[in-house]
Amino acid sequence: MERIDIGLTVNGVRHERQVEPRRLLSDFLREDLGLTGTHVGCEHGVCGACTVLLDGDSARSCLTFAVQCDGASVRTVEGLGAPGALHPLQESFRRHHALQCGFCTPGMLMTALDLLAKYPLATDDEIREGLSGNLCRCTGYVNIVNAIRETAAARGDDTG
Amino acid sequence: MKPPAFKYVAAGSVEEATARLAEYGDDARPIAGGQSLVPMMNFRLVSPAVLVDIRRIAPPDAIEEADGHVRVGALTRHRALETSPLVRERFPVLAAAMGHVAHLAIRNRGTIGGSLCHADPAAELPALAVLLDARIHTASCSGERIVEAGSFFEGALWTALEDGEIVTRIDFPLLRPGTGWGFREFARRHGDFALAGAAATVTGSAGRAVEVRIALFGVGETPVRATAAEALLTGTGLEPDAVAAAVDALRNAIDPDDDLHASAEYRRHLAGVMAERALGDAWARVGAGAGGGAA
Repeated sequence: MERIDIGLTVNGVRHERQVEPRRLLSDFLREDLGLTGTHVGCEHGVCGACTVLLDGDSARSCLTFAVQCDGASVRTVEGLGAPGALHPLQESFRRHHALQCGFCTPGMLMTALDLLAKYPLATDDEIREGLSGNLCRCTGYVNIVNAIRETAAARGDDTG
Repeated sequence: MKPPAFKYVAAGSVEEATARLAEYGDDARPIAGGQSLVPMMNFRLVSPAVLVDIRRIAPPDAIEEADGHVRVGALTRHRALETSPLVRERFPVLAAAMGHVAHLAIRNRGTIGGSLCHADPAAELPALAVLLDARIHTASCSGERIVEAGSFFEGALWTALEDGEIVTRIDFPLLRPGTGWGFREFARRHGDFALAGAAATVTGSAGRAVEVRIALFGVGETPVRATAAEALLTGTGLEPDAVAAAVDALRNAIDPDDDLHASAEYRRHLAGVMAERALGDAWARVGAGAGGGAA
């Protein structure tokens, strides 16, 4: 199978690789770059677990071919914060116990980051609408909404 | 699952894209945002041997007003249509509908051309194209043509596009001054495909509706205009009796399917409710002068 050269920036680090055209961005991140923070759930764009920021916009990495990301800039959950230096949104998730098993969390965080950048999120309805494409099978939505509400209210601080 | 293997070809121009599509024929599919195609490939519902990447054949998110139309490039993403100041001013119904398309992450990638070509009967954009009498510009090796939205959608996931033909632009003719709009859909969960939905525009003058347009989606193989209902309402003041008669007419004119999400009867009922509400919103906006499209 032919492989194609691509170069992209992930969390500020430039990577050059050869990929099969059918390589999904989700698998590229996990298998080729070892960035397993991005989770793979349904693989058809329903669960939201694989959400990353692609050129600043949230995107389903399971619905994106790596070959289409040549020249792109990707941000994954690994680029948000580090143990001991969590992103404010991660801090809020921890404070509100907004994760149980943690499987959906990377997708929730990256989705919430984009929602916070683009929408007022003035009401819980708006937050819930924004999260409607992310499934939490622990059904821990209440605490996730609480965490995002608090972060939205504290905006003005750096949420990026 | 994982998508099947394919050959990847990136096109740099419309000419190159159509030449490549002609070269590979039935084995090839164009890909832009991939938000409809990739899930189908991951499910192995489709297995194109070649994908021709058309994202670089024209500038992205090209939206402009010219010659009495708002012209939208096929590579425009749903999110750009949702937030465009020009679209919000001229076609607030279009901007409002875009907010119902899937989820933000999908709207960030999915393109207008892709949605039209995918032609899901429950999708918002095809219904809006039909409502607004959009003109769909296409290109192939044989040249360019313009297809009226009303004859573009031929069946579920089936359009008037010929092999090797791609959509390049969608032109929306400006609405007349004094036109109000409404958009209503019902989905189990925000962002899901609607069980049924309706979009309407009403142009009012001296307390009468001089032009009424209603498009329904999720109620059959393609989005449809409720022409009988439109005729019944034209010339009326959208009084409750007139609206009730129009809703009856549109319910009788559609042939929705049963599936595990809703029965045909429920969809028929719902289409009427959504249309009634959309018409009410449109009529109220005529009065409020917030119709959009006023020159």
